[in-house]
Amino acid sequence: MSVIAPNFKLSGFIKSIIDDVVWFLLIFSLIGFPVIMMVLFFIPMPVIDGELLTPFLAFTYLADPTRTLPIVQAFMTTDMFKVMAFPGFGFAALLAAGTIFVERKMLAKLQLRVGPFYCGKVEGILQLAGDGLKLISKEIIIPAKADKPIFWAAPVLFVASAAAFVALIPVAPGWVVADVDMGLLAVFAVIGFFPIVTILSAWSANSKFPFIGGIRALFQMVSFEIPLILSLLGVVMVTGTLNLSEIAASQSSFPWIVFLPVGAIVFFITMLAELERIPFDLPEAESEIVAGWLTELSGMMYGLVQLGTYLKLYAFAALFVVLFLGGWNGPMIVPPFPMDLATEGIELGPVTAKIGGLEPILSQVITQEMLNGTLMFVLKTVGVIFFILLPRGVFPRIRIDMLLSLGWTKLIGLAFVNIFIALALVYAGVLGPGGLQ
Amino acid sequence: MTAELPPGLAIQKVDERIMTLNVGPQHPGSGHMRIIVQIDGDYIVACDPDPGYVHRGEEKMAEYRNYITNIPHLERPVIHDSCNVLYPYVLGVEELLGIEVPERAKYVRVICSELNRCIYTMYWLAIYGIFLGHSTMFMWPAGDRELLIDLMEKISGARVTHAHFVPGGVRNDLPPNFEEVCLRQVNYFEKRIKEYAAVFYDNPILISRTQDTGVLSREDAIRLGTTGSVLRASGVDYDLRQKEPYDVYEELDVHSNVMKEGDSYARSKVPWLDMMESCNIIRQALQKMPKSGSVRVKLKPNPKGKGLDSVYKRVESGRGSLGCHIVSDGKVEPYRLKMSVGSFRNLIALPYLLKGEKLGNMPSVYWSLNYWPVEADR
Repeated sequence: MSVIAPNFKLSGFIKSIIDDVVWFLLIFSLIGFPVIMMVLFFIPMPVIDGELLTPFLAFTYLADPTRTLPIVQAFMTTDMFKVMAFPGFGFAALLAAGTIFVERKMLAKLQLRVGPFYCGKVEGILQLAGDGLKLISKEIIIPAKADKPIFWAAPVLFVASAAAFVALIPVAPGWVVADVDMGLLAVFAVIGFFPIVTILSAWSANSKFPFIGGIRALFQMVSFEIPLILSLLGVVMVTGTLNLSEIAASQSSFPWIVFLPVGAIVFFITMLAELERIPFDLPEAESEIVAGWLTELSGMMYGLVQLGTYLKLYAFAALFVVLFLGGWNGPMIVPPFPMDLATEGIELGPVTAKIGGLEPILSQVITQEMLNGTLMFVLKTVGVIFFILLPRGVFPRIRIDMLLSLGWTKLIGLAFVNIFIALALVYAGVLGPGGLQ
Repeated sequence: MTAELPPGLAIQKVDERIMTLNVGPQHPGSGHMRIIVQIDGDYIVACDPDPGYVHRGEEKMAEYRNYITNIPHLERPVIHDSCNVLYPYVLGVEELLGIEVPERAKYVRVICSELNRCIYTMYWLAIYGIFLGHSTMFMWPAGDRELLIDLMEKISGARVTHAHFVPGGVRNDLPPNFEEVCLRQVNYFEKRIKEYAAVFYDNPILISRTQDTGVLSREDAIRLGTTGSVLRASGVDYDLRQKEPYDVYEELDVHSNVMKEGDSYARSKVPWLDMMESCNIIRQALQKMPKSGSVRVKLKPNPKGKGLDSVYKRVESGRGSLGCHIVSDGKVEPYRLKMSVGSFRNLIALPYLLKGEKLGNMPSVYWSLNYWPVEADR
């Protein structure tokens, strides 16, 4: 490390940040602020509460939490916010980006390397942004013989499928984009869509290596879908519901992995295969078929597929957490918010700190349960993702015939064993109606 | 059209079931060459290796340079193994000129040659790892190799392409205090490569993938003329360091590693065992080496051979037997120079091994042949 590390000093880093902030404020106050004022001067202002809305009054409103916080609360309860930001796409993309960073650093440490180091000054934290910019700026090359509309559509469809998968995952009590009664069935439907997109992309490229990769992906995904679905049936039997939120809520006292460890193991292995992770990365086997079904994709098309892949990784890990590890349930470790701050105010020496308008948002939207549930969910998901990433540093790739025999014989057999365990637990009265739940 | 066409251009009967894949020359799993593979589903029906993309005419070039200036370019075919590539040439020129090499120089040569064998094998092992999709096995050997590269840099001044062997000895004496540093680094290196067993050679997935694939029987190995680790993995105990010892190898205790299976796994394990054997040889050589003395016989500025004369010398390189045939007509440059390299002889086995294999086995079988494309093309 010491050989490669540049002369990085924390003081210098902080100084550069302060420099940036000072320059921003200087430029804004000298140029930006007067320009805004001049523009506002020529715009006729509305009258609110009998007062003319002057620019100064507008800034006062912005600084007044009793006026701004209800707007924030109203925005946070819309479907748009759910889809775009919190339990939906934005949250998942953030976790996926974190996953990529952690994967690269962890793998580097495992392999006695440094990993991303320079971009962003601190441990290469901006490397992903740099890679994304590079992919966006690259030329998109379409093979001359490709079936162009399908070839264009496939990466977009891939991301759309992954995002649809993400939408079904409950993160905290009540925080799910699509609370479907047949949630698990919807998950199976979405998973069934991935091989179709893959083979569409591979076949439409009209090239040999993508074709072989696409066929391999089709074999792999279709043959592992059966043990995947069978391994989840145990959970459905003991809970008696397909709704993912209800399944998560049913594990308030213990997670299902305690009773159904076989199902969890089978689901984990099939998950690795569905995600095309090492040791099951045959569709992208580099030394055999270049990059498999991704060979002809270039520029941001490749970037979209990568984004979809990592969204899918997050969604599968989250599904594992919801079904086997108890979802958002866990010990309450988030401290309660000091509500005095919103109601009466807290005396801090000579000053009394009080934020009006905070009370409804804290009791209805960002509750203590929601924060704790999200924290528990994220911790568990990160743990599962860690175990998904780990085989990449340890195992070589396996062969397609070994993969198929594993999927069609051993995993299906184990999945049936899991179903019998679940049946026995229900009939013995340990679980299910009249039992512990 | 009865004329002989180059591979890939020949007119062939078209079968709808058969797909022809050009693996290389621009393919992550080929090296500087092309393998034309015909597959039926997942099975390889025919395979046609097509080397020659990095032919540089080293042999012809050698006819226009004198015996000393030939040294820097003759080591180019395998820059990681440059001492071993030069070894037969240097031995041959010494015999042509009738020079007796000092004792200490012979030991230094053995040490350099074994260090280079390890450096080459680590690079080869790294690529074998990534060909099987094992990225840790790519990074670890590539990093641990640096230990020995540092040693070679201390000896010769260059990380690769050392140009250290010259007719009459070696270019420079060892640096002061070298024995201690070398012993320490080699011991650590040996400890490190033994750790590879846990992550690679004992890995159940690796074993199930490479065992019983690309099996080369003992008879076929001899019939096809394979050499080096490929021959020894098929059960033939043939190591030139034992059978035809050159320099001081007969004074050292050389043990050759033989495995009977002849599959990809055995072919990948023999070089790994050889590296440990190299560490043993280096330790012995450090112990037996004369502590002081000359390492080089001073030659005339432009040495000449004695009339029409030819000599053939061969050594055990990282890829097997490496021979050099030098014909001299009494001038300052060789009349003809011919290298017989292990890589090309091992590549001959590839079409026989790949026929009937699955496509997924192609990289492991291909690279387990201990083949270096640049050396084969020369």
